[in-house]
Amino acid sequence: MGEMSLDNLSSQYFDVLKELGNIGAGNATTALAQMIGTKVDMSVPQVRLLDFKDVGDMMGGAEKIMAGIYLAVEGDIDGSIMFLLGKQAARHLVDKLMGTGAKPEDQEFDEVEMSALKEVGNIITGSYLNSLSMMTNLKLVPSVPYVAIDMAAAILSVPAIQFGMMGDKILLIETQFFDELKLSGYFILLPDMDGYKKILSSLGMGDIDV
Amino acid sequence: MSQIIKVGMADLNICVSPDGITTLGLGSCVGIAVRDPVTKIGGLAHIMLPDSTEIKNNSNIPKFADTGIEELIKQIVAKGASRSRLVAKIAGGAQMFAFQSSNNAMRVGDRNVQATLKKLKEMNIPVLAQDTGDSYGRTVIFYPENGNFVIRAVGKPEKTI
Repeated sequence: MGEMSLDNLSSQYFDVLKELGNIGAGNATTALAQMIGTKVDMSVPQVRLLDFKDVGDMMGGAEKIMAGIYLAVEGDIDGSIMFLLGKQAARHLVDKLMGTGAKPEDQEFDEVEMSALKEVGNIITGSYLNSLSMMTNLKLVPSVPYVAIDMAAAILSVPAIQFGMMGDKILLIETQFFDELKLSGYFILLPDMDGYKKILSSLGMGDIDV
Repeated sequence: MSQIIKVGMADLNICVSPDGITTLGLGSCVGIAVRDPVTKIGGLAHIMLPDSTEIKNNSNIPKFADTGIEELIKQIVAKGASRSRLVAKIAGGAQMFAFQSSNNAMRVGDRNVQATLKKLKEMNIPVLAQDTGDSYGRTVIFYPENGNFVIRAVGKPEKTI
């Protein structure tokens, strides 16, 4: 059996990961709609395997200010999950959740709003993990959420470094949500390499030799 | 006409005055700027991980502090800089999330800084200034002309080290 790496993932495995991303993001959208109490539509998620060099140019530029919500995952798989969205999108969701009415897009988040943002991330990633857990029968236990608001590339350095221990690419799932606004959200699921094997084999893709 | 050369994540490049060289949004990664003050030849590396010997899949040279710095120096010297005159400035190595954890992967910013300082010391390259640690991202621009290392962060005044 060859050393597994994401860099030479076959199209078959890529399709499976894509489908997991699809279903996970679908459930996350439902959770989001329930949370903010409006109908939310979702585009078909795009799954991308990116070179590190190109990471910065994703999401509208390396210096675009994003909100990143990060949770560690334990249980049958060790890893982490991150949900990223633009600061303006984060502002929009927080205002909706708090029912305070729209504030200026560039207004900083106060302490209560930061907690609300953590909760947004918690619910979205939680429903994503739930669907993954149901499909694979693996136990996935997330930590409390951590938030950072900073340049896209700086936030992405955290998952990129974790991917960097396994290979030279990063796997990103991009989803667009629509309520009144179009919001782009990105999921990054980071199991360790054993985790990928467990996920794929639990879906009946047994003898992995990628 | 001078230009600004861009360096991506896990990437490096060299730069000759009057050009500048930049990397955007350093988080836990470290940016290492090196120059020869006489020939004004320099370069910038954007490393992600401390040690290539800890990782099996380690063929990507600019990804690691140890191999990345070696390669950067090699390229700068090949361009005509004097090996003995080289000096360095470094930035980055933040901990982006306030994770209360002993988990090594989360402390990687700090480990990147330590590995970078260690490698530069081993190679006898003095570190003239550093802006590292803390919990925010940094964009850096380096000018081999005067050695200015400009650092920008969200919601903070620009500074030059």
